[in-house]
Amino acid sequence: MAQTVMTAHADIAAAGIELDDIQGLLRFGFKHHTEAVFLLLQVRDAAAARQWLGNVQVTSSVSLDPLPKTVLQVALTCAGMRALGVGADVVSGFSEEFLEGMAGDPNRARRLGDVGENAPERWDWGSGARVPHVAVLLYALPGNLEAFQRSIEAQCAAGFELLYRLPTVNMGGVEPFGFADGLSQPELDWQRMIPAEDQEQLGYRSSSCLGEFILGYPNEYGLYTPRPLLDARGDADGSLPRAEDSPDNADVGRNGTYLVIRQLRQDVRGFWQAIDKFARGVPAERERLASLMVGRTLTGEPVVLGASAGLGVDAGPRAGAGLGPGAAGPGAVASAVAGERAPAGTGTRPGPDNAFTFESDPEGHRCPIGAHIRRANPRNADLPPGGIGVVSQLIRTLGLNSSARARDLAASTRFHRLLRRGREYGVRLTPAEALSAPPTQSGLQFICLNANIQRQFEFVQGAWLMGTKFNGLHEESDPLLGSRLPGAAGTRCDYFSMPQAAGPAQRLEGLRQFVTVSGGAYFFLPGIRALRFLARVRRMRRTD
Amino acid sequence: MTPQSQFTVVAPIAVGGEAALRALLITMNSAPGVADPRNPLVPFGEFARLHFARFVILNDPTLCDIEAYGVPRPDLPNYLAFVGDCDGPSGTCLAEMAQRAGAGLRRVFAHCEGFDGGVDLLAWMQANDLPIAASYVNWVGRTVLQIKQESALQQVLAAQLDRTPVASAAEARERWRAMAAFVRNEIAARRLSLTSPEPTPLDWVIAKWANLLVSLLLSLLALPFLVVLTPLLLFQLRRRETRDPEICPRPDSALLVELQSLEDHDVTNQYTAFGSGKPGAFRRGLITLVLAVIQFTARHIFTRGYLARVQTIHFARWVFVDNKRRVLFTSNYDGGHQAYMDDFINKAAWGLNVAFSSGVGWPHTDWLLLRGARREHHFKYYQRRHQLPTQVWYNAYPGLTLTDLDRNARIRQGLERELSDTEALAWLKLL
Repeated sequence: MAQTVMTAHADIAAAGIELDDIQGLLRFGFKHHTEAVFLLLQVRDAAAARQWLGNVQVTSSVSLDPLPKTVLQVALTCAGMRALGVGADVVSGFSEEFLEGMAGDPNRARRLGDVGENAPERWDWGSGARVPHVAVLLYALPGNLEAFQRSIEAQCAAGFELLYRLPTVNMGGVEPFGFADGLSQPELDWQRMIPAEDQEQLGYRSSSCLGEFILGYPNEYGLYTPRPLLDARGDADGSLPRAEDSPDNADVGRNGTYLVIRQLRQDVRGFWQAIDKFARGVPAERERLASLMVGRTLTGEPVVLGASAGLGVDAGPRAGAGLGPGAAGPGAVASAVAGERAPAGTGTRPGPDNAFTFESDPEGHRCPIGAHIRRANPRNADLPPGGIGVVSQLIRTLGLNSSARARDLAASTRFHRLLRRGREYGVRLTPAEALSAPPTQSGLQFICLNANIQRQFEFVQGAWLMGTKFNGLHEESDPLLGSRLPGAAGTRCDYFSMPQAAGPAQRLEGLRQFVTVSGGAYFFLPGIRALRFLARVRRMRRTD
Repeated sequence: MTPQSQFTVVAPIAVGGEAALRALLITMNSAPGVADPRNPLVPFGEFARLHFARFVILNDPTLCDIEAYGVPRPDLPNYLAFVGDCDGPSGTCLAEMAQRAGAGLRRVFAHCEGFDGGVDLLAWMQANDLPIAASYVNWVGRTVLQIKQESALQQVLAAQLDRTPVASAAEARERWRAMAAFVRNEIAARRLSLTSPEPTPLDWVIAKWANLLVSLLLSLLALPFLVVLTPLLLFQLRRRETRDPEICPRPDSALLVELQSLEDHDVTNQYTAFGSGKPGAFRRGLITLVLAVIQFTARHIFTRGYLARVQTIHFARWVFVDNKRRVLFTSNYDGGHQAYMDDFINKAAWGLNVAFSSGVGWPHTDWLLLRGARREHHFKYYQRRHQLPTQVWYNAYPGLTLTDLDRNARIRQGLERELSDTEALAWLKLL
């Protein structure tokens, strides 16, 4: 095992990837570090804050062998960069979404569904004067967090004000409603085996070009996502990496990415009570309906695979998958790339929980079109399914095949993937307990990483999860996350429909809001050298 | 079947009149950029044949881009455009508007050059109604009346529907029969109406077939010349593609915020873009040819719910302005702007390249079809930078996307003929 890991490191290094400069969160989920807390800080004294950021020990992506007792990761918001005194020439090179912030614009709030109960004005943090400057993510092996957190908070006190602590609890890979979580993850192409070119993909694959998740590398279009590039002449000591696509520039973005945090409060009791009512108190029916809403059973089997295909699978391969590394397995990409040749969803299933598509269920009879996991990741290719012949492809490209068109409303999933690193908070209850327990404060500290907030997080959240017309649906938003606010024409959007082979779609009507956003922000998770650079402030000019 | 038509009234804004015009236009809105259908100035909702309409000020901040091609910045005026999509001839629609909203329209157009109180409003609008270079209608023949009646039908049926599973397809047919009888009753009681389509105008049919014939004949005639000239034309194209400057800076944040403030108030949105064509006879000829081809395909091929793979555009048009020096593009589409652009990049970047790469500054293309819009950020910056804020936008059927319209039409069709058992089951699933 150690041998394979070392080979993998060698391959990754050979691919020109500086693992020692990439924060560990991009490669690892830190599943062994079951204790975690996320500190949201505001700069009190810029000089002291810079000093701390310039020296703090950050765990890189090199290795978790041996397991470090504690792990610290750092990310900054745009407001944070400004408070630290980072030059406008650097800051303005980041993306528009990052500059504006998650709560900075009512138009963004409208697009993300942050309206009504979710409105930023109601958030505990993330809006107005409560926008954090820095997020410090602390992870620890069992029993080690408390002392670590105390020491870090003491270190930070000189430079920072503690705005908010996001607590987490280890629910064993299950989110508060009771479903196994974090199963669908893109597999990062650490060995850079996917060619950096713009090539139409005829099958769904769960592997992703590095540039979708790490700045400074080619993305799925074979292009480098814009990020701040500086004139390298001012960086003679080479404190920053050089841009791969422009060697005369120092690359502030390289080895960094954007980190999205959203605190999602889950009304666990309300959720199960609502479903219990639809199920008339029958536990098996309750579980069936909830599974259809999620698209997976409580234990994580995709409902599209059907009871016989999905439920019999041993839970073993999934054991660590909940919040596990997902992208960490060095062999993962190899198997995913190999998997491409097998017909997706029907062939071999190396990881039964993630190697499937919805291709065999176009009408949603097994997995409803609006199920949470089908919205969040429709698992489709660049062209709707059909023959592989040139003529057939041409006909579909021109839109002239009507059955292909019917399956083409949501397409090209590979441009809209998220690397999720969330953690739960609150109390874990079984569905039966949730029905009778007093209301609890539980939820998800949703975290995702992506190189293009607009095309990835905002697209998935706005167009797919919140869209009341997603994939030809009529008037419903995500069964878990939907705000249920009426449409512009005053129409109700509080349904969840479950298409049936034998008759009209069954509907759950009058759904309440089960998940409420109570905070959120966009951060930049810098490469470690870039972190030191940002902490030193303006030494170089940005090139134009 | 009633064919759709479009009007594009474009007139220069009188010097010094733009600020007052902007102030007047926004009085029509109930939300940023969203027209109140009952606003006293132009009560759009009263015009039963009108699908979409907009007032937009054509003030092109990218006018100086052409200097990168060694051409001086032309001195061109800012225009007011009044743009609409309607059932039947656009002249009839304009006449109706001149008659019933004459006073309001006069107040608006009073800010345009040469418009004075004595002018005949309808004649003036028609004189300024620019010819359309290419127009796309999602479903030729689908009227506002039909859309509204079918939406009402769908709502009544969905509320009435028994959602329990059917034991057999024969039972599905029984239920369908009962629903059909129910609808007949509702119609008899005048609680629902389903007006039969009007006969297709003969002149429209003749014009369409004549156009098809003439276009094919012309193509046949041109074919030998094209074959001979192809190497030369490709050489000319390639030479330009490799040399034409690309102008895709990141758009101004303030512009983005303004554009976004006008978006996502409903499931359907508007898009207005304006820009100069690349200089020279080759590019001018190419864009003329390309728009003619788009017009041909939109008239004869893409008339039933899709423009290549894109199924979210209600209406779109390209119009030459300033003697082909500039092009105005408008569209009405379902979903958010991000999804619209990603859809285009991922499904039909080749189409964008063909249609727009003769625009000044377009991201580098290869062989007219490749790269260009696939260069994600270049394209996204480009299109936002050329987008104009649409001051007033009217949609006759908010809340309804094209997939809704299509489903509702199929529900209605299923009531107007005899269905087999399996067809009846499929029909029930539509509800």
